[in-house]
Amino acid sequence: MNLLLEIGAEEIPDSMLAEALDYLGGAIAGLLKEHQLGEVSVRTDATPRRLVVRAEGVIARQPDSEERVWGPAANAPAAAVAGFAKKQGLEPGQLEILSDGKAEKYSCIRKTEGRAANKILADALPQLVLKTPFPKSMYWTGKGGVRFIRPIRWIVALLDDRLIPFEIAGVPSGNESSGHRKLGEARFPVTYENYEQKLRENFVILSADERRARIQAVPTKYKCDNDLLNTLVNLTEWPTPITGTFDPEFLDLPKEVLMMVMRHHQKYFAVESRDGKLEPKFVAVTNTDGDPEGLIRHGNERVLRARFNDARFFWNADQKRPLSERVQDLKNVTFQAKLGTYYEKTERMDELVLILLQHVANPGKPVTEADITAAKVRYAFGPGSLEFHAVRASRLSKADLTTELVKEFTELQGIIGGLYARVQGEPEEVATAIYDHYKPVSMEDSIPRTLAGELLSIADKLDTLRGCFRVGLIPSGSKDPFALRRAAQGIVRILVEGKLRLPIQTLCEGNLQLEEFLAERVKYYFREIRGFKYDEVNAVLVSGWDDLLDVEERLEAVRAVRPTENFEPLAASFKRIRNILRQAGFEGLGDSLQDRLLESGPERELYEAFEVTRLACKVLPDYRSRLEQVASLRPKVDMFFDRILVNAPDPAVRQNRLTLLHHLLAEFSTIADFSEIVTNSQESK
Amino acid sequence: MSSLSFQEIVLKLKQYWGERGCIVQEPFDVEVGAGTSCPETFLRALGPKPYRTAYVQPSRRPADGRYGDNPNRLYKHMQLQVILKPTPADVIEQYMGSLEAIGIDLRKHDLKLEEDNWENPSLGAWGVGWQVMLDGLEITQFTYFQQCGGIDLELVPAEITYGLERLTAFLQGVDSVYDIEWTRGVTYRDVRYTDELQYSVYNFELADIPTLWRLFEIHENEARRLLTLYSETTDKKRFPLLATYDHVLKCSNLFNTLDARGAISVTERVGVIGRIRKLAVGVAESWVDQSAYQEQAA
Repeated sequence: MNLLLEIGAEEIPDSMLAEALDYLGGAIAGLLKEHQLGEVSVRTDATPRRLVVRAEGVIARQPDSEERVWGPAANAPAAAVAGFAKKQGLEPGQLEILSDGKAEKYSCIRKTEGRAANKILADALPQLVLKTPFPKSMYWTGKGGVRFIRPIRWIVALLDDRLIPFEIAGVPSGNESSGHRKLGEARFPVTYENYEQKLRENFVILSADERRARIQAVPTKYKCDNDLLNTLVNLTEWPTPITGTFDPEFLDLPKEVLMMVMRHHQKYFAVESRDGKLEPKFVAVTNTDGDPEGLIRHGNERVLRARFNDARFFWNADQKRPLSERVQDLKNVTFQAKLGTYYEKTERMDELVLILLQHVANPGKPVTEADITAAKVRYAFGPGSLEFHAVRASRLSKADLTTELVKEFTELQGIIGGLYARVQGEPEEVATAIYDHYKPVSMEDSIPRTLAGELLSIADKLDTLRGCFRVGLIPSGSKDPFALRRAAQGIVRILVEGKLRLPIQTLCEGNLQLEEFLAERVKYYFREIRGFKYDEVNAVLVSGWDDLLDVEERLEAVRAVRPTENFEPLAASFKRIRNILRQAGFEGLGDSLQDRLLESGPERELYEAFEVTRLACKVLPDYRSRLEQVASLRPKVDMFFDRILVNAPDPAVRQNRLTLLHHLLAEFSTIADFSEIVTNSQESK
Repeated sequence: MSSLSFQEIVLKLKQYWGERGCIVQEPFDVEVGAGTSCPETFLRALGPKPYRTAYVQPSRRPADGRYGDNPNRLYKHMQLQVILKPTPADVIEQYMGSLEAIGIDLRKHDLKLEEDNWENPSLGAWGVGWQVMLDGLEITQFTYFQQCGGIDLELVPAEITYGLERLTAFLQGVDSVYDIEWTRGVTYRDVRYTDELQYSVYNFELADIPTLWRLFEIHENEARRLLTLYSETTDKKRFPLLATYDHVLKCSNLFNTLDARGAISVTERVGVIGRIRKLAVGVAESWVDQSAYQEQAA
């Protein structure tokens, strides 16, 4: 049999359709399977006003089942026997006496007739539908009433041509659907077979793919934007795109602002020429079958004009007070109650930018007071130096928070600041750094384009992280109100992808929670974004992660050497060494190896090979050849473990052997801790 | 299409909703930021009694003033507020009918309901709903109230708030609200420009901050005093909670003016909103409590 379920509701928010359908499809397939009504695949569709589930091949009735029921003992009083028989719907004479393996008992076969699919669905669907997960639900029938995303107004529930009778929130199921609010009939009967066709006759296109295709069929070449496209697919039942124009004069306004107005405020597609310049056109998607009189186009053009006029008004008003003056206003803008104002944040960022700059200039060296003083002097000399550009950008970076345009278009913070800096005559390097300093705002977003921008972005994020961790605002579970994960992830990406050698761990100022938090992001980045295996990442991070470029190099080396024949067996041996040392409680402090205690044969050979490898590693140019060199120790290590008893009777010899193993481990764990590598033998266990 | 004047639109909408069982009220006479704040909505939404009303509410938003220069932003704009409690099942169809009643042929226009949930933290009120978009223009805010004064509502009202200037500008096809024809031969500018200019000057330039703060405290204290009295009195039935609420609304408007004047730092903001909410919630709770006494008596 064929199942059709349509939940008709008032307009469901576009972003919530997908998850609701996932749930409904899965829950209904599960329900049918659980009740032995068939393992069918279900189809789900949605428009703003309906959630639809269809399934073919539903079994009409559950199979009958039989089970043996045991009653009272064979010698039980007659009343008890009669009671049991009555409960089973039988006469006492119809009962059998059988042994259940322990005793003789009255017994019978109970036949359960399979229930009709129709009944099962009628019982289960109301609760199933109401359990649809929505981020924010509402009640509408009164306090304590059912909750759903928006009021349910009609329900179609059919199994072939038979109604599945139930009701939700006072709305009974039926066979009548509803069309497009204005173009279709308010109520019309449907069957499983003609459902989609009937909707179409009433100006509802059920298939999201078809709605998408209609939107894409517009002759104007607009800038594709998949998020917006999906939004519009889910906002319309009968989408028809129209093209409008605006006064080219508005093209004087920054493209970013125009795009923001069109995409986010008006849900229009922007139109670009071949060379990426904005054209004075837009594509709007209507929920109609056309605009023959041009009324809709005219209306949309008028709205856009008003919006652009607003933006222009704000833009002009904001110029009356340049960013450099607005910095003072930040004293009244709270960054976070416990962390003070944005003014204070900017001051910390200025300092941090200078420190970061010194690290970049002298990788691996600690930054001294004198370095900072010298940098401040270079800053004081004005435009031209990196110090000046980065610190000036930092100083001005948050001033756009006080502008009208940013109050209106919060998503454009930073970008507006950059644009204002440029028109207010700040050096291009400063403007670009400000423009980019929130980057990357997502995993897909690019990192800042310039070194000054990268450093400013890191300084901003690092300051937020340090501050929040200092006052205990630490993300837990899904709660991360200050988007600290994104900030930390941004830092990791800028360091690695921007090839910056900054001692990130050192910059955590000894806050262990922050270090751990950042380490998690480093692991996530290399695993999920870069595709390194989790054990490789763990092994490499154990050997240090202060310099992420170094981490990257070591990871590449491990990945390259891992498939070679010696590597994993050696990793297994290293794990063994680690266990031996742990069991022996070996501390290793100050113990130097005593040559005279080495036994000739495998022990001395291992020692000699170790020495050769150790010296070779000092001169080999890269991690990969060093790792290969280390891996070549494998036969000697194997031989050692085959032939030599570490736990020698003579304590001095034993100590010496442990020392040898300790050296081996310590010396070669600087690239990666091999004992973290999961080897085949472990996986098969 | 010969379009309707501003006042014809107002009259037609009032008539439309009057015919659908709404008590057509006149504007509330204490300054408010939105029709929602009026007792006709904020207090009537509470409790188990069905209620339907429609009224125009001039709404003051000091920070939105633009000296009469900006074609789309006003210090004071007019809302038509419709409350349908409980919400009828065909509420959206009824709403669409109201647009047809003022001459919008919806078959020729593009109407979309886009998710927009509403919240007023200083009233402890929120709901879910949509902004209604007509050819890309937001003309109405549609909200199913869920809580008022922090109290779960017994009957869920639909609140339909029309932005009358925008709607009229759309219908008349003008780019500036000041060009709206109020009635034959009279523009919106003729009627309202002076208010916009003068209140912008006051709110942004001349309002005396210490005085406003003093006024805020006076009204806050009076509201608080009355709420305490209510909790202590045995004669609940005739207690003037409506007068108490007036003082809360005064606080709210003074807060908005201080905010426009730039006198409230972001840090203070949350605290001051909390003070107003405390009073609003106090009135709402007392109102529900008082209704119980009135029912007993009835």
